[in-house]
Amino acid sequence: MNSRNWIYAWLMLLPAFVFLIAFTHLPAVTTLIDSFFTTAKGRRPAVFTGLGNYQKMLEDPIFVKAMVNSAIYAAITIPASIALSLAMALLVHRSFRGVSLVRMAFFTPTVLPLIAVANIWLFFYAPGFGLIDQIRLTFGLPSANYVGQPDTALYSVAAVTIWKEAGFFMIFFLAALQTIPLSLREAAAIEGCSRWTFFRRVTLPLIMPTTLFVSVNAVINAFRLVDHVFVMTKGGPDSATMLLLYYIFETGFRFWDTAYAAALTVVLIAILSVVGIGQFFLADRRVHYK
Amino acid sequence: MIGETTFDRILIRGGGALLALIWIAPLAYAVWAAFHPPAFEARFELMAPLTLDNFASAWSQAPFARYFLNTIVLVTMILSAQLVLCTLAAFAFARLEFPGKTFLFTLILMQLLVMPDILLVENYKTMRALGLVDTIIAIGLPYFASGFAIFLLRQTFMTIPKELDEAARVEGCSLLGLLWRVYVPLGKPAMLAFGLVSVSHHWNNFLWPLIITNSVETRPLTVGLSIFATTDSGTEWAVINAATLMTSAPLLLGFLLFQRQFVQSFMRAGIK
Repeated sequence: MNSRNWIYAWLMLLPAFVFLIAFTHLPAVTTLIDSFFTTAKGRRPAVFTGLGNYQKMLEDPIFVKAMVNSAIYAAITIPASIALSLAMALLVHRSFRGVSLVRMAFFTPTVLPLIAVANIWLFFYAPGFGLIDQIRLTFGLPSANYVGQPDTALYSVAAVTIWKEAGFFMIFFLAALQTIPLSLREAAAIEGCSRWTFFRRVTLPLIMPTTLFVSVNAVINAFRLVDHVFVMTKGGPDSATMLLLYYIFETGFRFWDTAYAAALTVVLIAILSVVGIGQFFLADRRVHYK
Repeated sequence: MIGETTFDRILIRGGGALLALIWIAPLAYAVWAAFHPPAFEARFELMAPLTLDNFASAWSQAPFARYFLNTIVLVTMILSAQLVLCTLAAFAFARLEFPGKTFLFTLILMQLLVMPDILLVENYKTMRALGLVDTIIAIGLPYFASGFAIFLLRQTFMTIPKELDEAARVEGCSLLGLLWRVYVPLGKPAMLAFGLVSVSHHWNNFLWPLIITNSVETRPLTVGLSIFATTDSGTEWAVINAATLMTSAPLLLGFLLFQRQFVQSFMRAGIK
């Protein structure tokens, strides 16, 4: 009966793998192949260009801009959302009056569509009558056009991402905090150890696996969350908020240069793969609390 | 408990309250703008008159009823397919031995990093080859086999004691019978958790639906809203805010009613 078991196993896996291969693995492979060809245009079929698309990338100022922007975007959103979510979790882990209201406030952005909340944020940032400008004007500060200025647009978009993500990550930290035994806290209290020492020496090491899990998600999201760019800036002004995934969309579906879009996608997959491999090794070396 | 002064407490409470206020502000503002006449969209007066006109005009200016229907069909279809496909696969990984197990499981894990969300160009080509461009099924197909669901359910199934298997086998239960009678009932909390995560993810998903749909009959709410909010600059903020609230309302209400389950589900989905 054991020899027959593997046939059953494969039959049970078959339906899931048909979809998995067809829409994840196969497209990943054909993306790589397509990136070595030119885009077919009209009667002209695609021809092999080797690394032609990749060469084009290096000379493409918008691609370079998108890479720089994505790096800045990641460098801001990843640490900020992790730090804030941990602070939120520590806050609502305690019990005080209104704690469930506070927790709800933090978590709400998670269930709201990013595309919809982008409209609301756009109003906050609107010059002249927007909420932030109204506050600025009350304090006698000049009006500012946050999403319309190349030097502030990317930060405005990043702020929305942090707002959207932090409450979601908070949940994971909250779950991790609840697994810390109360006896450790009591022991620390007897030892007279300070709040900060307890956090650094006990809490932080114990929630390391969660921190790693959250970090990987934050990295993935830094390259995946672009919905609000469609509403707020469309990659502008002057490519100031052009992010890699948004550029893939523009290249592939606005200019229909699918081969170049494929090459751009390969770059994105490569970045995500490095993250995955990094997680694998880090998880082995640093995290031993499971 | 551990050395906490009154000053500490005030600092933490104050900071927490401020943070919570910033986090709820966008939603609070949307509610304000949606329920007041456009004249008050940037003027905050306590006695401003309340109105439902913004909702009425949003509803009449775009086919939101159809968009709602499309989104509901979409999330139902995706979740049903995911539960069936992923339960079968998760059971095989959790309880059966077969050649290629590690390799196949690695393929599953790879999807956690390289999601269909970024393989836009190739998936579009596939849909065109299948003649499925601009159909609701095409929005869902890439998400039917969820690596996340398989992983989550496998972890859950592995915690179920093996003695139950043997008992069921002695009773003459087939493999599928075992899955249906023992594993599915015991895995229900995990399935509910995944269900909430999946529904809220696909209710809010935007980029792939934007690419693959181009008509009212197939567009989900998110795409419909984005078109509504950008088509003509004449649309008033108040009306856009009403539409924004409308599209988020079902999830938001669900969340407020089942807050505890929601939070616990997301937690459960995260701990592995």
